[in-house]
Amino acid sequence: MQFGIFSVSDITTDPTTGRTPGEGERLKAVLAIAAKAEEVGLDVFALGEHHNPPFFSSSPTTTLAYVAARTERLLLSTATTLITTNDPVKIAEDYAMLQHLADGRVDLMMGRGNTGPVYPWFGQDIRNGIPLAVENYALLHRLWREDVVDWQGRFRTPLQSFTSTPRPLDGVPPFVWHGSIRSPEIAEQAAYYGDGFFHNNIFWPISHTQQMVALYRRRFEHYGHGAADRAIVGLGGQVFMRRNSQDAKREFRPYFDNAPVYGHGPSMEDFTEQTPLTVGSPQEVIDRYAAMRDHVGDYQRQLFLIDHAGLPLGTVLDQLEILGGEVVPVLRKELAVGRPAHVPDAPTHAARVAAAGGGRDATVHGAGDDVTGASPEPAGAGDPRVTR
Amino acid sequence: MSRRIAVVSGGLRQPSSTRLLADRMAEAVERALREAGEDAVLDVVELRDHAQDLTAALLTGFATERLTSALETITTADGLVAVTPIFSGSYSGLFKNAVDVLEDGALEGMPVLMGATAGTARHSLALEHAVRPLFSYLRTITVPTAVFAATEDFGQAAGSTTGDVVPLGARIDRGARELAALVAGRPPRGAAGPRDPFALTVNFEDLLGG
Repeated sequence: MQFGIFSVSDITTDPTTGRTPGEGERLKAVLAIAAKAEEVGLDVFALGEHHNPPFFSSSPTTTLAYVAARTERLLLSTATTLITTNDPVKIAEDYAMLQHLADGRVDLMMGRGNTGPVYPWFGQDIRNGIPLAVENYALLHRLWREDVVDWQGRFRTPLQSFTSTPRPLDGVPPFVWHGSIRSPEIAEQAAYYGDGFFHNNIFWPISHTQQMVALYRRRFEHYGHGAADRAIVGLGGQVFMRRNSQDAKREFRPYFDNAPVYGHGPSMEDFTEQTPLTVGSPQEVIDRYAAMRDHVGDYQRQLFLIDHAGLPLGTVLDQLEILGGEVVPVLRKELAVGRPAHVPDAPTHAARVAAAGGGRDATVHGAGDDVTGASPEPAGAGDPRVTR
Repeated sequence: MSRRIAVVSGGLRQPSSTRLLADRMAEAVERALREAGEDAVLDVVELRDHAQDLTAALLTGFATERLTSALETITTADGLVAVTPIFSGSYSGLFKNAVDVLEDGALEGMPVLMGATAGTARHSLALEHAVRPLFSYLRTITVPTAVFAATEDFGQAAGSTTGDVVPLGARIDRGARELAALVAGRPPRGAAGPRDPFALTVNFEDLLGG
């Protein structure tokens, strides 16, 4: 079981001070948060992708590469990568690149995004949301697995004899999660490929999350990837903790009441009852999240949202201390109890390389070019290929 | 056969003339169904009771359990009596909120008898200009008679604002008979159950094929 945090990368005014951080400040704060996540023993740091204010994270690979350089162990992911409006060729290249630089500590979460206007900004039409997600991912899947791709589709120019570089590290592409809140097509897509399914969970009643996960598990089995309880499931979560439950509620309430996503709507009490948001003591968080598997089955990844709604960096770092120090160690133990041996662990690069029978250098050397007439094979690497 | 009629009242006050009209219309529908040899069960949804949940649902994107259950009462009924107060020449905001949180297509094919209340008779065409187009958008089947009651309609026992219009009671009965005829002639709607929002409507291989 992997535990971690995911950030939506919002820039929100702190309602208790009226202060709004700048983009640079939030970006640097996210780096501090990621470093802290590793320090307190979490497994995953995931960062969303947005292309409009009030969000700052338009280029997750840049940020994640920097985090990779400053961490040792932390697994880096996205939450989410827009499979609809990013060119799948560029995704294939960017994340293979990141995968090499991070020594394999990379996976991706695909999503369609929640901002309609983003489509035209990147030359696409929102009415094609689902078809774009389907076609683009089908191409991305091939680009990481086939050295030379000939391809033709509906939404981008055809590819002829195209090789996406660099090739995936050790010949094993990054693991992919498909994130969806309510589109059965995306659960189906995850099941079709035998990829992971992530439900953001945080703004929804658990009954809803449960239905989507059940659909994905059923279809995972249908497509022959193994029994439904072997499917790879991730969930989002949302917590705010203080030693004393009343202190947590008092401190978080102004952030809840003014948060862009639910502020000025339901009361914090109603919302915590209806969704996974848990505001209280570490033990309350443990109780709530240990029970998640009663709804969705034994699962592989739990990510928490902790750095949004204008919470200052110091508070977020405190939350990480509590999460890593008190909550996650207990959850790890509790969720391991009674977990059937055949339920797989969360995928890691090392495990996937081992499953593929070991790593291999997947580099594709070009067949020479008109300038040098030679392949870029290093000197002394054996028979230089004669190409023309 | 037993038919379930959902009665939605968008009245804001208690007591409410909108609820009063909704009850009269519902009783008339029940009567008309019995005359057609059908049992009728009435389920009243008072939107006022769900006002805060409706606002929260618009902001958060999901309904509370209580609201979900009320919405299911409406969408799984065999027929609908819907009554709104008229404000500023149109249905009330609360009434529209309830419509806005329904799943797309949830009321498709639903027989509907519309009603409205207002302070003055000059709002009477709001049913035709605002409420009926809304129900057309929802692909429901509205009956020809729509029941409008101005405050003065409640005051005149025998008739309406002027001598040449059909009295309120008669308009209610006519609308009720029209709804009962539509409901009685159809298979029970509830039997199919509510739409499964997770049902995949296309084969994934077909999606892949573009």
